[in-house]
Amino acid sequence: MPVAAARDCANVRRMTDTYSYPLLRTAGIDGMLVSFGDRLGEAANRAALAFRAALERESWDGVEEISSSLVSAYLRFDPLALSHATLEARLRGLIASRDWLRAELPHGRRLHRIPTVYGGSLAPQLGEAAQAAGMSEAEAVASLSAARVRVTALGFAPGQPYLGELPEAWNIPRQQALTPRVPQGALVLAIRQFVIFSVTAPTGWRHVGQTAAPLFRLGAERPFLLAPGDEVEFPQVSEEVFAKMCDDPEGGATWEALP
Amino acid sequence: MTGTAHRELIVHRAGPAVTVQDGGRPGWIAYGLSRGGAMDRLALAEAAALLGQGESAALEMGGIGGRFEAGCDLRIALTGAPMRASIDGAPVPWHACHALPQGAVLEIGPLQAGAYGYLSVGGGLVPEELLGAVSAHLTAGLGRAVEAGDRIPVGEDRGGAVARKLPVEDRFSGGALRVVESLQTRLFPEEQRARLETARFTRDARANRMGVKVVPEGAPFGVEGGLSVVSEIITPGDIQVTGDGAPFVLLAECQTTGGYPRLATVIPADLPRIAQAPAGAELRFGFVSMEEALAAEAAYRASLKDLPRRVEPLVRHPGDVPDLLGYKLVSGFSNGEHHDH
Repeated sequence: MPVAAARDCANVRRMTDTYSYPLLRTAGIDGMLVSFGDRLGEAANRAALAFRAALERESWDGVEEISSSLVSAYLRFDPLALSHATLEARLRGLIASRDWLRAELPHGRRLHRIPTVYGGSLAPQLGEAAQAAGMSEAEAVASLSAARVRVTALGFAPGQPYLGELPEAWNIPRQQALTPRVPQGALVLAIRQFVIFSVTAPTGWRHVGQTAAPLFRLGAERPFLLAPGDEVEFPQVSEEVFAKMCDDPEGGATWEALP
Repeated sequence: MTGTAHRELIVHRAGPAVTVQDGGRPGWIAYGLSRGGAMDRLALAEAAALLGQGESAALEMGGIGGRFEAGCDLRIALTGAPMRASIDGAPVPWHACHALPQGAVLEIGPLQAGAYGYLSVGGGLVPEELLGAVSAHLTAGLGRAVEAGDRIPVGEDRGGAVARKLPVEDRFSGGALRVVESLQTRLFPEEQRARLETARFTRDARANRMGVKVVPEGAPFGVEGGLSVVSEIITPGDIQVTGDGAPFVLLAECQTTGGYPRLATVIPADLPRIAQAPAGAELRFGFVSMEEALAAEAAYRASLKDLPRRVEPLVRHPGDVPDLLGYKLVSGFSNGEHHDH
């Protein structure tokens, strides 16, 4: 790599200190990360999704994988086939081509409806969460079951989504102590976000709902139910309906294509 | 030799950390699934060179091996961390390939150095593919550890040499690791970045396929004003600093994103060395420029290409392995008796 490019990389890093976004950084020797903010926000997440879609359209030779997380788009490449200097120049060109914070969400996304039991023995922390949000349990269920949230990222475990943002009232902190175990399919909530647990795990988030839709199915044409950018609603169902859904391979989940 | 030949490796006993591993499962980061695959991918390349075939899936053995039987005439390669090994009671050298005739029993004991030994076979292990790869990714719930009673299918072997060895450099006792700056390197104070290069680290007993903890001499590491940053991509080799101030080097089964700041990233060419560092091994880190890191990557890839040329005959006393001379040393393993199922 030419010395000038190495110097550019140093410049990239100095930008970290000043928090100037969009921010281009290297991740290891074979990754570049374009970040649109230093905290989760709707616009930064939308920008990351739109930028990722743009990278997919570009499909540059030497690029091996593209993904997005909460506020960033990531690109893994073969640095011996595609030089850092070339890729950085292309990325800077793409970054400068528009205001990504104003970009529209990419096409090809889905709207999922995942039936959910709120409260009761299946989701014992609804009351606690409602209280933290200053609502009655009925108001909480009305609010959560009407909310449409976006898959901002998947991580922690395969297919496990982070979903946001819920109305401002749900800006409630994580609980102090960890719940030792929430079951697979638990819908948990904190800081205006939902997570659906794809495996049984401990969590500091409050268990407000229970779902039956498998997030990961081997052998399926699309093994992961949710993709970054998809939207999800969690309509309320009774425990009786939920018990029947547990026998359904889809766990009661349905989806439609978004325009 | 008794019974009908089946192209499989029969497992009579297996240590607790024996899994099938290949080059991993790239392409699923967006869905929260990390690549996984062999902790020491160089060991897979060495096995491929010894067996004269492309890279294939092998048994990765953490700490201790097991007792295996050939379901048909097999060629095997033993690579990665050296372990005590014998075929039908006769000791066989590591970093080498051997004939394992049908019914022969391969006993692989504890590690003699390093952390992960590999047992490869001619034709490769070919268990069921999951999302385009056969490697177990236990953190993600894909596949499972190998257990006694398993019969692992073996692919068709186009044949090749046995009784060959591959001299390897020691990467099984810690040592120097080259790192590049990571996403958050500059969030760490200058003093800590300097200390990363001067402090001696000890590989902690806490280690698994997600990563290894490295304990620094002297003061802990950490970022002032809290440790939480927005979750960003994790690259294998990232040195993550959590609450206790001891860095954790993230490896094959790391999570895809993480909210703890990362001090630096070990370059791919040195990942086999960190993966193979045994508990208690001394490790040192040194920053290199991106330019130097890319030169190291080019040299590493060139050395992988050169591996087949470094394979040499295994000179041994014929009395050590009575069957050897009666065995076909070159080719001839893909005959009709292997097409019987």
